[in-house]
Amino acid sequence: MSLNSADIKRIAHLARIEVSDTEAEATLTKLTGILGLIEQMQAVDTKGIIPMSHSQDVTQRLREDVVTETNQRELFQSIAPAVEGGLYLVPKVIE
Amino acid sequence: MEWEVVIGLETHTQLQTKTKIFSGASTAFGSEPNTQACVVSLALPGVLPVLNKEAVKCAIKFGLAVNAEIASRSVFARKNYFYPDLPKGYQISQYELPVVGKGSMTIQVGSGDKAYEKVINITRAHLEEDAGKSVHGAQEGMSGIDLNRAGTPLLEIVTEPDMRSAAEAVAYAKKLHDLVQWIGICDGNMQEGSFRCDVNVSVRPKGSEKLGTRREIKNLNSFKFMQQAIEYETRWQIETLEDGGTIQQATVLFNPDTGETRAMRSKEEANDYRYFPDPDLLPLAISESDISTVKADMPELPEAMKARFEAQYGLAHYDANALTSSRGTADYFVSTVEAGSDAKLAANWVMGSVSAKLNAEDKEISASPISPSALASLIKRIQDGTISNNAAKQVFEAMWAGEGDADSIIESKGLKQVSDSGAIEAIVDEVLAANVAMVEEFKAGKEKAFNALVGQAMKASKGKANPAQVNEILKKKLGA
Repeated sequence: MSLNSADIKRIAHLARIEVSDTEAEATLTKLTGILGLIEQMQAVDTKGIIPMSHSQDVTQRLREDVVTETNQRELFQSIAPAVEGGLYLVPKVIE
Repeated sequence: MEWEVVIGLETHTQLQTKTKIFSGASTAFGSEPNTQACVVSLALPGVLPVLNKEAVKCAIKFGLAVNAEIASRSVFARKNYFYPDLPKGYQISQYELPVVGKGSMTIQVGSGDKAYEKVINITRAHLEEDAGKSVHGAQEGMSGIDLNRAGTPLLEIVTEPDMRSAAEAVAYAKKLHDLVQWIGICDGNMQEGSFRCDVNVSVRPKGSEKLGTRREIKNLNSFKFMQQAIEYETRWQIETLEDGGTIQQATVLFNPDTGETRAMRSKEEANDYRYFPDPDLLPLAISESDISTVKADMPELPEAMKARFEAQYGLAHYDANALTSSRGTADYFVSTVEAGSDAKLAANWVMGSVSAKLNAEDKEISASPISPSALASLIKRIQDGTISNNAAKQVFEAMWAGEGDADSIIESKGLKQVSDSGAIEAIVDEVLAANVAMVEEFKAGKEKAFNALVGQAMKASKGKANPAQVNEILKKKLGA
């Protein structure tokens, strides 16, 4: 699989990361290197092996369904750029 | 050309937990904005999600209720997209390995002679978190964000494209709505958004195996709107194709005011969610013993209860079905029978007078002014012959209006049935003497005249005579 700089721009846009043309070129080289490594790894026969979804072979610890959080709205909103009536204000979202 | 509509549903059910899926913040509805938005809901840097045990239990319950495979290992994934009510920039969901696998549900469609049953296959059900809410118009050029709902646990239930009409889709949605409340995992409150349906609709020439291009109707929160939206969408797609057009895959919204569906402005590359396993969450393991613990805690399921009602009480399939449509109705019926009522009579009263009154007053059965034991005491008076069916209806009305218990109403309204054969005989004699013409007609072979005479006798007794006895005595006197 090979990437071009349009792919880099698209991926960056999806992740909302601004990249200049120079940065896109540098990123393209790095990502191509990573994909090359993956291609090498593809040669290994992994038939019958369940893919791991986490680097550690342990399972999720569960939490009891008990309310432990209190209302700290005032504290949290003290660092927000704009609030009104308890709401966080953001530039208008148009659907 | 004859067309066939193909429908599949995705339903988001809000799970009835006290806290959020990945944090200890409360999920109570209707609180002041952002008072239940903790550091995890706000996605402050460095916070970690910890999975709620109760949410997992709810998923297992649902899996058991639809005979589904429950995954011994399932994985949480990040669904990446940007929207202000999703502060992390991704929703934690499940993608490749959902907690609940393939299952099925049997639905009843239509009524009377045209009623039929159909099996709807469930593809999967997975756990995920809800997003926050955007409030528009709080300030010019700004949107307000309330993150109280962010992180509320959802179980998204996905079906195969198995439904072939709006009626089938609504029957499935209603059945699912009943079921999730029955097993106590969701409060079913559609106004508050606890149960929201996305409906995928496509059409194809009848007989074709290939699926047409689908459009997804988002966020339907009433069964009436679902019916209207599917009917409109189906018509629109057929007309578009017949006019030589093509269907573009799209997400559409239903406008209840116009009754029309309309495509949302398509979000650019909206479907590229770049899912990947969430490194903050380890795989969820569910053991056989976890499943048995949940199973032991499950109420009798509607299908099992229906079969039991048919076997134990000899109820008809249709009746057993109606009585198990909701847990409230089933509990009310069972309590009435346990209070000493005959089961068939109880079934008739619950599905007849009680449900008619509840419908008329738009009440839930739990709010019925007549308790199951009060209804049983009324039915017992019919069983022991104290009152006639007609009188029972009057007693029922009075009980509903809060005028007292069955016995005191029967007494105060003087509705006791006359079962004294001497008294009835006297009435019958009077009626025969006063209606010589009818007697002659009957003797001449007119069967109808007999019923007229029974009617006269009942009238003479002011409706209080035991009709069975009137029949019997009249027959004897006429030598019929």
